[in-house]
Parts: sequence; C-alpha cells; structure tokens
Amino acid sequence: MNDTLTLPLGARPFVTFSSILRAHGFSVAPEQTTAFLSAIELLGPRTMADIHRAARATLAPPVERQLEFDTLFHSFFTGQTLAAPTHTEDDDEMRVRDADTGMFEPDLSDEVNETGEDATATEALSQRHFTPAQDDEALRRLARTAGAHLPRRKVRRRISARTGDRFDLRQALREAAKYDGDVIHLPRLRRKLRQRPVLLLIDVSGSMKERTEAHLRFAHTLAHTAERFEAFTFGTRLTRITRVLKLKRQDQALAAVSGMVADWDGGTRIGDALHAFLSVPRFVGLARGALVVILSDGLERGDHTAMTDAVTRLSRCAWRLHWLTPLATSTDFEPQTAALKSILPFIDDLADGSSLDRICAHILELSQGEAA
Amino acid sequence: MTVKSQIVGIDGPETLESALRDALYLADDGLSTSAYLALALGKPLLLEGAPGVGKTEAAKALTSVLGRQLIRLQCYEGIDASTALYEWNYPRQMLAIRQAKEDEEIDIYHDRFLIERPMLAALRAPERATLLIDEIDRSDHEFEAFLLEFLSDFQISIPERGTIRAANRPVVVLTSNRTRELHEALRRRCVYHWIDYPDAEREAQIVMMRASSVAEATAQAVVAAVGRLRSEPLAKPPGVAETIEWAEAATLLNQMGETWPRAFVRAIGVVLKDEDDMVFLEPRLEALISGEAA
Repeated sequence: MNDTLTLPLGARPFVTFSSILRAHGFSVAPEQTTAFLSAIELLGPRTMADIHRAARATLAPPVERQLEFDTLFHSFFTGQTLAAPTHTEDDDEMRVRDADTGMFEPDLSDEVNETGEDATATEALSQRHFTPAQDDEALRRLARTAGAHLPRRKVRRRISARTGDRFDLRQALREAAKYDGDVIHLPRLRRKLRQRPVLLLIDVSGSMKERTEAHLRFAHTLAHTAERFEAFTFGTRLTRITRVLKLKRQDQALAAVSGMVADWDGGTRIGDALHAFLSVPRFVGLARGALVVILSDGLERGDHTAMTDAVTRLSRCAWRLHWLTPLATSTDFEPQTAALKSILPFIDDLADGSSLDRICAHILELSQGEAA
Repeated sequence: MTVKSQIVGIDGPETLESALRDALYLADDGLSTSAYLALALGKPLLLEGAPGVGKTEAAKALTSVLGRQLIRLQCYEGIDASTALYEWNYPRQMLAIRQAKEDEEIDIYHDRFLIERPMLAALRAPERATLLIDEIDRSDHEFEAFLLEFLSDFQISIPERGTIRAANRPVVVLTSNRTRELHEALRRRCVYHWIDYPDAEREAQIVMMRASSVAEATAQAVVAAVGRLRSEPLAKPPGVAETIEWAEAATLLNQMGETWPRAFVRAIGVVLKDEDDMVFLEPRLEALISGEAA
C-alpha cells in the first residue's frame, strides 16, 4: 500500500531539484514538478541538454534569473560550478533593485550591509533611521479623499447605469422574455471608470535630505489609497519600493524602505536613474497612461542631456508628468538651472513640492477640470 | 502520469523542428522542445520575448504544422467575456420571440442564437483549431484570472446554457511582450519559453527563407547591421520582422539602381520606427550599417 506513494528512485533527483529551486527563492508549484517529470519521461532521458530544456520549459524561471537557474541546474546535475550564481547587473553603471521579482525578501532590516561591497567611489551608501510616525493632517485628508480625487479614465468594460451611451441588450431580452417580447424599458450601459495608475519617483539624494522622510510618508499614504500605485526611489541607484510600502503600519513600512534603499543622501544622477527605469520594459509599462509624479529638485550634476532625454521619453509614455520641486515656493517660480529649464517643455506641470501640505493639495486638485 | 495527446507524426522535438522548418519557421532547440512538450502534455504554451522576435509567427507555424485553423484572440485592456467567449444574437432572439405563435415554445438560448467568439470556437473544435491568445500582458488582471479556469480545465460556463467542456484538449499558445509581469498561477499552468533574438547565423537563414529575392551576402550584411543596431540603447530595437523587411526593401532599391550601402541607408525607415532613435543614430548611421567603427 505504501509502495504506491514512494517515488521511483530515478525520479528523486528531479524532485529534489525542484525543492532546491524553492530554497533559492524560485516559485515552483507541485504541478510544475509533475510536468517536469512527465516531460523527462516524454523526451526520454537522452542527454543532459534535453533535461535542461525540459526544466526550463516546465519550471519556467523568470528571464532575469535564467542565468542563476542554469547555474543551479548544472551544479546539481553535473556537479559543475560555473560563474557566480548571483544576479549580474554590474554591466551598467546604474543598479536597479526590484523587490517584486522575489529577488529580495521584503523584510530587509539588515540587508543593506551586504551591499557595502558594491560601494564605488562616487556612491555614499548609507542607511536612514526615521522618527516614529507623526499624525499629519494633510496625509489624513489625502487618505480620506484621494480615492475620489485621483484622475480616472474610461475603460472598455461596461456596467449598467441609468444613463448610458449604449443599450444593455442582454438585460433587455431577459426582461422582454417575461412580457411576451414586449420591451417595456431599456436598460443602459456605460463605460466603467477606473483610476489611472499613479507612479511616484522619489529623489533620495543629499540635496533632498530634509524632505525624503515626508515624501515617503506621502508615498505610503498614497500606496494605501490609490488603486494602482508604484513607487521608486532614485539617487545614485533606482529602487522599487512598492511592495514594502504595502506594509500597513507606516513606521514598519518606512523601516523596511530604509533597509532596502542603499543610496540615501548620496549624489544625484537623475538622468541615469530615469534611463535605468526606461530600460526595463516592465517598468515602462507601469508608466504608460499613468500619472507620473517626480519629487525632486532636479539638481543634476554635470551634463543634463541624459536627464532631458529620459524626461522626454517618460513624458510620452505617461498620461501626465508632474514635477514637484521644493524650490518652487511661489507661483511665479522660474527654474534657474539649465537642467530644469531644458525639461520644461516636456512636463505638464512644474509645481510646489516644498511641504506635505502643498504636495497633497496638488494631488487632490488634479482631477478638477480633467475629464477622463 | 503522462497525458500524451494525439499528435500525428510528431514523435519528438527534432521532428517538430523539421516540420516547423517546412512551414518556414526556424525554431531553436529550446523552442521546439517546449512546443513539443506543450503538445504532448496537453498544456498551453506560453511564449515571452521582446516585440518582433517571432512569437506570433511561431504560433502560426505550429498551426500550419498541425494542419489546423488559427483562431486568434488579440488582448487589450478591458477585454471581456463578450469579446473573448460568446455573445447572444439579441436581434434574432427578439425576432424569434415576436414571431412565435400562440402556445409555441421556443428556446431563445438555442445554439443558433449563440455567436461564437475565439475561446468558445476553440473549445468546440479542439481538433481542428489552435487558439492564439496574443499579447496577454495587455489585458488586465481580471481577464488573466478569468483565463485560469479556461486554461486548466478547458471549460467555460454560460449561465443560460451550463458548462461547455472541450472533448479534447485544444492547442493553446499564449504570447506576452512582458510589459508587465504575468501572474504565477498563469505561468505554472503553461509550458514556458523565452524567445530571444536569434543569433546572426540563424537570423541570416531566416531572412533568406522568408525573403527569397534577397541574396546571401545582403542577408548577412543586414543581419550584422541589425545586430549592431540592437546593441545601441534604442527605444524600439528592431525585431526579426524588421530585419526581413529591411533586406527586402534594400534589395528592391538596389534593383532600381541604388548603390549598396546607400540602399540600406535609404530603407532605414522600415527598421528604425522611432523619431528619437533616428535622431540619436543619424550621424553614425552609415558607419553603423557598413560596420566600420565610428
């Protein structure tokens, strides 16, 4: 009886391989392991290459981690050790960190130390400690009202409505069937409204030091009120912080962000950071049709052509691109730096980002006069 | 354990690869293995890759290898059941009710009032059609979740009619440009393959196979130039389809009397389709195409 439950000896290595993958953070479902075994049975274990291809096809590692997957495979099945199994992103000067691909656990209190080895001459990596959450009226108002005030757009899906631009024929027919085919009233459909995604890019460089904490609190509030929300921080690196912002308690979320972001109060490479963002198609997808808000003073060191380029591209993907700078404290603010001047034609609004009140008010005023 | 479904004459990845070659599609080992496994295990095949690497073409070639009809469902945001599954023919239903005689019973949810949409059509003719669900990443999460029932059980429910289940497992190919991450639940139901740009030699073969008018030297020159273009940081790197078009366009211009490197430059519009990319590359374009270091 027990015999039916024991795995054939030959199948064991493959099942073990699945669990090794899981231990390395790949998500492998039991049905994928089953498919893997069936695939090997089908192909007939002829060569290692066949087993490798079967593993790739059925266990489906994400493409960014395929190298790591291959290394694990070879070290498990052939005992070979190849080049470093870790992520290889050293090819570019800008590092991108994305908590959502499962590369890093969301709870990263001590993780920052490990990145110390990556420190280069131009980067000053550090960790930040935030003071416990303060109750802020502006944020509370944002949390209360953002749901109704964030910009919306029409989607193709329709819902029934009293006044709509189309008839609900399916419903009409159901009703007509009751009355011998007489249509007594015509139900209508209208296109559903949906919140536009909001993409927040937060400058965490040294020049914004005073404000990053407030900005992160703002991001945390928005993460819990907007339907679709994404947040990144940038300084000398680009870090996706959306997932850790989803933690409910604000101080917890901020502590997690503090552990994740490695380039607090360092230099600024806005252009490079935005280019790094644009070079990942998945990220560009997040900006498409979205309200993109950049919280930055736009103080780019050196040549600003990279920044201008990136902002131009970003503005084409986005629905609206708003740049909130703490420098614009009065309404007749004129940008003084060449970098800010050069991007002026491509951004929809350059507004006051000097305080939480102003930022929240800006977001809440967005939907006024903006039809979907 | 293995659900080996009926695939006539295809008994391994190699056979499938040569069959695909006959259908004018050059598949690499990874793709032919994945496609074979998908067919044999009766699972959907999920193809991911950059735009223009030939994901849709692979589905078409697979369809013609199997001698079936291709049913294509293009995804977009807000796609719903009435465009993907079925729709009732309301005017006809209404007419039927009005024309029905006294005491006559009519079934207004009869088959003749049902308009088939791609997924229902594929379910009803699983051995005659392959279903291509194209650019699944464009649809929203709700539709993706809705697909799960279809992809694991191959059945759909119509409230007025009950559940319709496929007699056999239909062949389903999904493609994604990876503009967003697909849900794990969807990935694990499928056999997965990431299609990369083909290497230079294979791409030259593809050009020659698809565009018979192109000479071998031209094909090699085009592929080399496209390779150099892809290594530049472009907003829209050229895909395989663009390579083929470029080779054809340049050949055409050459037949009309244009000299060689100039023909490539003049036909650049079929390869670079983004104004920024054009401006970015313009000063170095000729050097890039001819392969001289700028």
